[in-house]
Amino acid sequence: MNTLLLEFSVVAVGVLLLLADSFVDRSNKNFISYLGALGLGAVLVLSFLPQQPLLTDCTASLFLSTADPLSTFFIRFILIATIIVVLMTPSFVPVLERYIPAERKGGGIAEFSILPIFACAGLMWMVRSVDFIMIFVSLELATISLYILVTYLRQNQASLEAGTKYLILGALSTGFLVYGITWIFGVTGTTNLLALPDAINALPESAHTPLLFGIALVFVALSFKIAAFPFQFWVPDVYQGAPTPVTAYLSVASKAAGFVVLIRLIEALSQVPFLQQKLLVLVILLTVMTLIFGNFAAIPQSNMKRLLGYSSIAHAGYLLMGVASLSSVLAIPAIGFYFAGYLAMTLLSFLVLLLVSENAGGDEITRFNGLSKRSPLLAGAMLLSMASLAGIPFTAGFVGKLMIFGVALKTGHFGLVGLGCITVAAGFYYYFKVVRAMYWQQPSETTPIPVTLTVKLLIAVMGAAIIALGIYPAPVIAALR
Amino acid sequence: MSPLLLLILLPLIASLFIAAGANARRTALGAALINLLAAIVLFFRYDLHKGGWQFVSQWHVLPKLGVNLILGADGLSLTMLLLAALVTFSALLVAPKIEKQEGLYYISLLFISAGVIGAFASIDVLFLYGFHELALIPTFLLIGIWGSGDRQAAAWKATIYLGTASFVLLIGLVALYLSMPPDARSFDLRQMHDLAANTNWSPARWIYILLIVGFGTLVSLFPFHSWAAPAYASAPAPAAMLHAGVLKKFGLYGLIRIALQFFPKEITEAVNPFLIILLIGNIGYIGYVTVAQKRLDWTVGYSSVMHMGYIFLGLAAFNVLGVNGAALLMFAHGLSVAAAFALCGEIRQRTGTLDYCELGGLAKSVPVLGLLFGFVTMASVGLPGFANFAGEILVFFGAALSFYAHGDLIMLIAIVIGVWGVVISAIYMLRAYRNIFWGPIAARWESLTDIAPTARYSVILLLIPLMIAGFYPQFILKMVGTVLH
Repeated sequence: MNTLLLEFSVVAVGVLLLLADSFVDRSNKNFISYLGALGLGAVLVLSFLPQQPLLTDCTASLFLSTADPLSTFFIRFILIATIIVVLMTPSFVPVLERYIPAERKGGGIAEFSILPIFACAGLMWMVRSVDFIMIFVSLELATISLYILVTYLRQNQASLEAGTKYLILGALSTGFLVYGITWIFGVTGTTNLLALPDAINALPESAHTPLLFGIALVFVALSFKIAAFPFQFWVPDVYQGAPTPVTAYLSVASKAAGFVVLIRLIEALSQVPFLQQKLLVLVILLTVMTLIFGNFAAIPQSNMKRLLGYSSIAHAGYLLMGVASLSSVLAIPAIGFYFAGYLAMTLLSFLVLLLVSENAGGDEITRFNGLSKRSPLLAGAMLLSMASLAGIPFTAGFVGKLMIFGVALKTGHFGLVGLGCITVAAGFYYYFKVVRAMYWQQPSETTPIPVTLTVKLLIAVMGAAIIALGIYPAPVIAALR
Repeated sequence: MSPLLLLILLPLIASLFIAAGANARRTALGAALINLLAAIVLFFRYDLHKGGWQFVSQWHVLPKLGVNLILGADGLSLTMLLLAALVTFSALLVAPKIEKQEGLYYISLLFISAGVIGAFASIDVLFLYGFHELALIPTFLLIGIWGSGDRQAAAWKATIYLGTASFVLLIGLVALYLSMPPDARSFDLRQMHDLAANTNWSPARWIYILLIVGFGTLVSLFPFHSWAAPAYASAPAPAAMLHAGVLKKFGLYGLIRIALQFFPKEITEAVNPFLIILLIGNIGYIGYVTVAQKRLDWTVGYSSVMHMGYIFLGLAAFNVLGVNGAALLMFAHGLSVAAAFALCGEIRQRTGTLDYCELGGLAKSVPVLGLLFGFVTMASVGLPGFANFAGEILVFFGAALSFYAHGDLIMLIAIVIGVWGVVISAIYMLRAYRNIFWGPIAARWESLTDIAPTARYSVILLLIPLMIAGFYPQFILKMVGTVLH
């Protein structure tokens, strides 16, 4: 089957759900999210059919796309992340009902689980694009859906503030991206990543400065997307204000797509001799600053969502360490595996956060006090995801870090690995802060937290994934080689 | 099914049952008892003539990277497994009635046990490392929830220290792996051994230093020791027993297995003098720190830091006598410190304090407890008849041999301070014994109940092998001797 058919199917699922929303009973909107998850699941199954790239002629088309292992892996990754987030939304309905004034009961609920599906189509598209124009268009499809989602709780000031910030900074980074693409196109005459190296090699020396300017602008835009220092400043505020499922989605799917584009760009540009060294220095610099900032700024946080925001910056740092080691053949499997583990542990922690904050009325870490007594299941799930985020053996997070550090050592980045050790120690501190709250502190109230069957299933699946990936990582790595 | 896998899985399965609602204490004790019997059987089933790794079984995890779960045991690992099983059972037996979250308490203890057993039974270095880490979170919970004193600060400190050390260690192990020739890379100890014996594989010096610091911190090598005493003082008795008795030996085990085996002589000879300076810090400096303590739990905690110095001395001597002595001392110290922490817990439970100023004359009200503590004191001091003595004497002989062979002045200083250290430990242990059990008894301690049968058997269970190995050190030495020659 053709590539892009998957993306079209995802859009179709979204449109059908919008239609269905008009016809189903308004009192039970959970139905829509289950249907959405089912539709995306069907697309996920389709993605295992053999695929051919659309329009293989390298010079021809804007619709140029690939079906290489990297894109196939991350398309499935984004689909799975979306399915989980869509399944999380029913637990979020009480909050939605509180902050969205609806004339009729149940109004405006279904869209909350449908919009991620459109964002998903955009991100999938972005992952397999190898042309700047397509990257840009698909990025816009995803971010416009996300603009709406971030500001979805329209009577909640924090959500509005987050939405405004996200909109302004997102638009700014889009501006950087377009402007950078224009410069690159102006110098080389192509927007195609595959044709870019040859075009650059043919350039005269005098064209190098404008080209570098263009590349730098594109890097700035991508750093916004993956939340690398110094373009990370939107993350804590937006993460804190956005509805929790959206925060989860931002920190997993959107970041992954950004990284794939970054990898493609660096792989293309590394074929140009005079750029290699400059790019490496740039990426190492980004890695160092992101690792230091993300980990050390996370230490004093007292709000769980902000903590997870900083933690997502920190993990971007480890992933960048993998990007800095792209000259090793194992780097892409390492990054892919890291993301697979990151998906399970991050979404699991956001799921628990969602339930706890709804029940305890806030996102502060103190709301987790004594969670082990109120709900051993939720506390256990959070313990597992915190252990994995910190990098304890037999969890996905450990194997991911091991592989990243391994490829970094192999490519000779000893300094980065040394820094990684220090930041991992910082990570122990702030992740264990949550464990301490859950197990050491006394709860302020002792009523158990109700957990629905869907949530139990999600916890079981993600928890099993964290342990399974930590014990038997081979299949995921094989998928990327 | 490999017997070693069963040994690892049993505590984990038991914790699943406890999580599902089974009676925590009985399930945990049952699993630990089966493990103890299995460990004893394996210990005696080991074929000494054949030597080498036995009971080997293997599962592929990341074949392309050379990562496989390979379980197997030789004389040294079986000795450590026996120690682990003994201390686990004894620690669970001595555990008092738990008021809050009993299930979690036993699950944490079982996880620590599974972790150390896994570490000692792994031939694959990555799993050896990974299993050890399994104990990190349970320790954090045990100290933080059920500890005493300034427990939260102690738990934080220990967790951050150990977590960081583990990552230093991990980097060292990965670097060691990458230093091998590309087509021969493996985490399999046996293949690493062949590689070191048959090729001119020589890992760099900084890797050796990373391993020494990484493993050393886990064993509370001076000056990376400051996590140990507060953590042990605050931990509930069973957790301190398992941690100080068994888990801490993992670092030494790793040093023997990895750091001592694969590095060329030039590197070890260049670095070891610095190691000797650090271990002098353990014996001399920490020895006096121990003397200055005013409470029993802190005394025992610091003494366990101090005694690590002797084991390091054996390793630094780097000859058969020294390393065999160190291995015997690991076994002996594991048992004696576990017994000491068990009795600490018993006393604290009765009096609510371990302060020397408040206690005194307890032997009148709790004579059996006093007698057992006397045994532990003598073992800890290194009186002949206990395995500690045999281990220490071998370590000294080994160190002296090394001194005669190389003529290092620093080694001579270490030996002198080491012998003086025996006197220091006699001072603080005998003083503790006198302050707590002798002298006039305060009225409020007169009606204390003596040690309960379960706790009594638990300590006796630790003392028996200690004395067997004391009178007949070959019991252990012939096992560890198969590894180190």
